[in-house]
Amino acid sequence: MSSQSFQPTRRELLRALAAAGAVTLPFGKAFAADKITVGVIYVGPKDDYGYNQAQAQAAAALKKMAGVTVIEEEKVPETMDVQKTMASMIEQDGATLIFPTSFGYFDPHVIKMAEKYPKVRFAHCGGLWTEGKHPKNSGSYFGYIDECQYLNGVAAGHATKSKKLGFIAAKPIPQVLRNINAFTLGAQSVNPAITTQVIFTGDWALPVKEAEAANSMIDQGIDVITMHVDSPKVIVETCERRGIYVCGYHADQSALAPKGYLTGAEWNWLTPYTEHVKDALAGKPMNNFLRGGLKEGFVKTSPYGKAVPEAGRKAADGIKAKMMKDDFVIFKGPLKDNGGKVVIPAGTALKQQDVTLEGMNYLVAGVIGKV
Amino acid sequence: MSDSASLPAAAPSVATFSFDRLRRPAEAVLVPLGALLAAMVLFGAFVWVLGKDPIEVYKLIYKGAFSSAFAWQNTLQRAAPLVLTALCVALPAQVGLIVIGGEGALVLGGLAAAVVGHAMSGAGPHTIQICMAIAAMIAGGAWIALAGALRHYRGVNETISSLLLSYIAIALFNHFVEGPLRDPASLNKPSTMPIGEATMVGTIPGTDVHWGLVYGVMFCIVAFILVRYTVQGFAMRIVGGNVRAAKLAGLPVGLLILASCGLGGAAAGLAGMAEVAAVHGSANASLIAGYGYAGILVSFIARHNPLAILPVAVLLGGIAASGGLLQRRLDLPDATVLLLQGIAFMVILASETLYGRARIFQPKGG
Amino acid sequence: MDASLGWWGVPIAVLGGAIRISTPFLFVSLGECLTEKSGRINLGLEGILVMGAMTGYGVSYLSGNPWLGVLAAGFAGLLLGLLHGMVCSLPRVNDIAVGIGLMLFGTGLAFFLGKPFVQPKAPTLPALPLGAWASSPQVQAALQINVLFIVGALLAVALHWVFRNTRWGLVVRMVGDSADAARAMGYNVNAVRVLATALGGFSAGVGGSFLSLYYPGSWNEGLSSGQGLMAVALVIFARWRPIHCFWAALLFGGASALGPALQSVGITSGYYLFNAAPYVLTLGVMIATCSTRRTLAGAPGELSVTR
Repeated sequence: MSSQSFQPTRRELLRALAAAGAVTLPFGKAFAADKITVGVIYVGPKDDYGYNQAQAQAAAALKKMAGVTVIEEEKVPETMDVQKTMASMIEQDGATLIFPTSFGYFDPHVIKMAEKYPKVRFAHCGGLWTEGKHPKNSGSYFGYIDECQYLNGVAAGHATKSKKLGFIAAKPIPQVLRNINAFTLGAQSVNPAITTQVIFTGDWALPVKEAEAANSMIDQGIDVITMHVDSPKVIVETCERRGIYVCGYHADQSALAPKGYLTGAEWNWLTPYTEHVKDALAGKPMNNFLRGGLKEGFVKTSPYGKAVPEAGRKAADGIKAKMMKDDFVIFKGPLKDNGGKVVIPAGTALKQQDVTLEGMNYLVAGVIGKV
Repeated sequence: MSDSASLPAAAPSVATFSFDRLRRPAEAVLVPLGALLAAMVLFGAFVWVLGKDPIEVYKLIYKGAFSSAFAWQNTLQRAAPLVLTALCVALPAQVGLIVIGGEGALVLGGLAAAVVGHAMSGAGPHTIQICMAIAAMIAGGAWIALAGALRHYRGVNETISSLLLSYIAIALFNHFVEGPLRDPASLNKPSTMPIGEATMVGTIPGTDVHWGLVYGVMFCIVAFILVRYTVQGFAMRIVGGNVRAAKLAGLPVGLLILASCGLGGAAAGLAGMAEVAAVHGSANASLIAGYGYAGILVSFIARHNPLAILPVAVLLGGIAASGGLLQRRLDLPDATVLLLQGIAFMVILASETLYGRARIFQPKGG
Repeated sequence: MDASLGWWGVPIAVLGGAIRISTPFLFVSLGECLTEKSGRINLGLEGILVMGAMTGYGVSYLSGNPWLGVLAAGFAGLLLGLLHGMVCSLPRVNDIAVGIGLMLFGTGLAFFLGKPFVQPKAPTLPALPLGAWASSPQVQAALQINVLFIVGALLAVALHWVFRNTRWGLVVRMVGDSADAARAMGYNVNAVRVLATALGGFSAGVGGSFLSLYYPGSWNEGLSSGQGLMAVALVIFARWRPIHCFWAALLFGGASALGPALQSVGITSGYYLFNAAPYVLTLGVMIATCSTRRTLAGAPGELSVTR
């Protein structure tokens, strides 16, 4: 209800603040400000060589911006705890822009807090903010990292000898499926006969299961592995030890596998972070739906490892250049899933911005595994 | 004249009597408080070695946990689930069983509540909420009662079996939430079908704290009365004291074990229902948050006394609530809270040995 | 070079997984076995395992020698075991509760002190290529065996022998079976138990170092997924016999490897249920073999969980 009556609630709050007379929050000016406190919340440890580290790197860079104070809290579970963390960042530290970085924070936690604190901006990572349904002072930012996974696939397709690739994932959710499919399509652009074996471990951080999954894939003759888990460190190291190739995810893991690291899909969260902070400082309305890929600088690829053949670099660089010009579509018809059903009819091309991609619930032909 | 002569004689006896009666409760309060103080000194020394000012740390803990209405609500909110999961340890403890599987009862309770809440959509919100609570209590109660039954009828140790059952419950929960019971619209956060905004239980008027806290307080009071003032409760404690004696006295030992485990599991199940109905709106992996394990400690610190669970849960909730400030202001790692809790629990558990040692706490009157 | 094995890959992966995953189970369960034989239960081994993993990795990183890390992990475990043993020697203190407290304390301490070691790469333990004779790379990989696994196997045999044939083993068993009898013989029951818990802690600490220094081979906060707690169940499963602990650890390791192995050949549904296999197995065996009429064969009489 407060989403439709944003103006009145803001006015109400101002009135309440004025009445209280004690302005504890740094609301010196209603709009443009020269100082801002930004709260960043992580679901895991911020040095996990993965998802949280990618966010924390951006937060660390934010600290260098003039007038920006960054406060952080790590390992905050997706329960009532995160609501309390957001509220105390606001009430006790005067934060006016919050980055709750875990997907599971959005519904209901971020929505609730955004309704309760209409003056504070909540920029959530990954969630599907919907016009008219969710508060205007909340929004989501995300990157089209499947572009980088496609390039991972191209590099993997050139490096593989067995034509069998592996993908270790936590859970079969759309974000993950989109990465698996993009990776496979990338590899198939090199050789249509390439297959990708998927193993779901069941949760975002299970090191022993992840290592075991990598080992049993390698035993099956798979010679390039990539992943979508919170902390890829263990998988990357296992692949290096067993002498196969690996493509990284979330952050740059090349230091962990100097021999086998091909390339990697990395986030560049500083881009959306900076935009949100600048908007908040300037008093501009919040950009509720912030997305971007390689072109916009939301994601990036790791430098190629020495194992990528020259042809692979050329092919990947060529596609990357097209992506940078917005001239490349990953998901286009005719596309069949691995059950033989047509999921994208011939003649249809789903551009990255297409929201139907965010509900992906299939694995494309060539992927071995079930949703 | 005779009146005035008898009065001064009576007055001191009344005074000593009441003072005497206070000795045991004073012991029950002062020993753990002393232990807590000792733990704070130990932890303070630890942070001091690491180059942080312990006084500053404790000031922040106070500020984060108890200094304002906001802090108090934060603390109480975090204490709410622990109250119920602690009962899942405290009630079976009355019959002498140590159950550590509250986490499993919580998630199954949450799952049952979510399923019932969705299936009944259309009925009045209060009807649905009551049915959800009942379903959750049955699911959680049955799960822990299973551990009790295995103990009584098969001699399987309940500590180990409840732990295993808890792992199995979490696997079942994940399987159903991401499989047969998954809401197809819950894209990147697999959840069951939502129970609907109208069915959600709100917050206690004037606060931010949801009704789960009230469920917990009520459950604690009922449990306390049951254990202390009813025949059944007395019988449970006899079983807990000596099973053989209880059997000789003709008590229905099996039934009492099942009942205490079932009630304990029901409490944990209700915690799961509160998470679903007051926080998440559906069942998903966020329910697996470790409340069940934290409850074990709460119950042991409270010496399995259902009323003592309340202050202990508040203490634990307060430490958790202040963790954020410690991270943000002093740049201490998140594990600081875990460490402080660990030290506090080790010292408080060790202080158990002090009971009955100091003569000042021993009642002198017959 | 068709290296694929198809369905044959499953037993090989399970065998390899059993050897890789079982080592921490083995060390923790042998430690717990020793502790329980003396009449105490230490549920805090999970905390000791995590602390061992952190200490092992940290010391290996700082010193450059992974074996020094293993040793340091053992001593960290020894200290925590000593703490548990001494606190539980105080009258009226419940060993199960202290164990849970120790679990919290150990993990808290490890996470707190372990922050600086998440990023760096420490030298890890080498493996013995026992499968070098085989032509199949899969078999070779499965038989890449770490020295600690062999040490663990030998430790199981040694412990078995000590319990059977030495005076020391007899004293531990007597203390565990009847504290009164031990006291009558003039033994200090608490001292024996403290020692048994401390040595058990050493073993669990070494088990933790295997996690961080060999497999999966790095330090992070999600490293242990409850192996320390499971080991407590495993000891009961193994009926307090060290040799059986070895087989039970292998079985648990193999069961943990089953889920990923089946998925790698295309059986992809129900992985949560496969992952729960070790727990169901243990519970099933306990139900099948326990009885209300007698205590478990081999169970120490003083042990709180068997009374």
